[in-house]
Amino acid sequence: MAPIFPLLKTNAMNLYHIITEIEKADEEFADRVSPRRKVMKDFFSFSGKLVLSAVPLALGSIFSKAYGQTVPSKVIDILNFALTLEYLEHNFYQTGLNKSGLVKNKDNIAAIREHERAHVKFLYETIAAAGGRPVSEGRYDFTAGGKFADVFTNYDTFLHVAQGFEDTGVRAYKAQASSLDSAKDIMKAALQIHSTEARHASHIRFARRMNGYNTSVKPWIVGNDNTTGTPYEAIYKGEEDNSQVIFAIENINGMDVGNAATSSFDEPLPKDDVMKIASMFILP
Amino acid sequence: MENINNSVVAEKHGEGFFAENKHLPRRQFFGYFGAAAGLAAVVASGCKVRKIQTDTNSLDLGKGDFGILNYAYALEQLEAAFYTKVTESFYTGITAIEKEFLMDIKNDEVAHREWFKKTLFLNKIQDLKYEFDFSSVNFSNRNSVLKTAKMMEDIGVSAYNGAGPLLKLDTFVRYAGKIVSVEARHAAAIRDLISYGDFAGADAVDAKGLDLARTPMEVIDMTAKFFKTRINGANLPTS
Repeated sequence: MAPIFPLLKTNAMNLYHIITEIEKADEEFADRVSPRRKVMKDFFSFSGKLVLSAVPLALGSIFSKAYGQTVPSKVIDILNFALTLEYLEHNFYQTGLNKSGLVKNKDNIAAIREHERAHVKFLYETIAAAGGRPVSEGRYDFTAGGKFADVFTNYDTFLHVAQGFEDTGVRAYKAQASSLDSAKDIMKAALQIHSTEARHASHIRFARRMNGYNTSVKPWIVGNDNTTGTPYEAIYKGEEDNSQVIFAIENINGMDVGNAATSSFDEPLPKDDVMKIASMFILP
Repeated sequence: MENINNSVVAEKHGEGFFAENKHLPRRQFFGYFGAAAGLAAVVASGCKVRKIQTDTNSLDLGKGDFGILNYAYALEQLEAAFYTKVTESFYTGITAIEKEFLMDIKNDEVAHREWFKKTLFLNKIQDLKYEFDFSSVNFSNRNSVLKTAKMMEDIGVSAYNGAGPLLKLDTFVRYAGKIVSVEARHAAAIRDLISYGDFAGADAVDAKGLDLARTPMEVIDMTAKFFKTRINGANLPTS
């Protein structure tokens, strides 16, 4: 599938938007930038007169001043990794929604597509505003070389692959969040995207059940989701973990918690493992 | 990471995860130090600070990372107590899938509660078993139970999202992350049970696709009606 966002640009309005977002996430942002908000207003009235190409540079310097240093390249790399996944998800839902008769309206897949689109925009603008270079959208083969050949003709397969993307996304953000401690505002935003992806995962799983494609799947992940020997195995590897820090959850403090031994804690997945999964769908 | 390993060694020799809490991980020690210095600076500069509550009728969550973990522990105790009551006597007309989901959620919340209890060990706040006020809930009414569940789950998600960046130790951030996505799965499922397709309604996820994040003070205010004893988060970190 061809890229959907080839012309995504950072313009002055987007910059205003990102500042607003940061202010929402970090009430002290304006104070970090300057003790007085007037300086921000000055910036925006000034930036209106700037040629567009100079704006990201100016904004980058605001970030530098706000956080006492440039946003570390490690943080930019994580954001670009997240952007790579969000492009993939968005393109998947958009392509599915474009196929007439595939997606059922009652399942509200459009709401998920809207979120993924918003995540692409948010990450793209955050990276650009932080002085980084956002990766561009890829080209995709959602059949993964024929593994999911009927992904856009069979709603059952479409929802199952969607579940795989959402559960992978949750694991990917989870693994990166604790590495963002040098940029707490970005960590908070990453956590906010992370739990949104978990809501999607929950809903897609529920939708598979509501549509009668799987009569036992739950909104949460039990064990490795019965994926041993299936194309989905890599996505759930490690989710069967039933010990947290060093405490077994099964019969914890003598309490019988049943399936919660594995479902009560979701597990992170390292970047390399996530990219192995994503690469099945991304054309070189 | 080596800090946590040290604690694990302590656990193997002693009773609990943080039994040796006088050996605070270095980063955390500096975190406390930093927080204290920050507070002093705020006081010195004459800014308004929230008056620290010292009355005995409130339950102090404490400070630093343990304070945040105790905040999470208090919320998990609340959720576990709520779902325990729900599952002891289900509401009238419950469906099989509702029963299954509510039982699963109860087990998840009990697992979270017990995990915090073990992890916090000597640093934990008291068991709040008899401290909850569910007089606002009609447990025999589906609408009342699911509405309360939705409120608790959405607040829980926003509480973890807001608390994550307040934690100093990476390991704690990681564990908060492992729990918050399960809470988000609960929130979405409960919302779908109430109104299918509303898993991430506009009151929970904003137009930018961001789930809410709330400060401990906001969450404590929003959940106050469920606690007989006032929860005091005045000593929690705010940044």
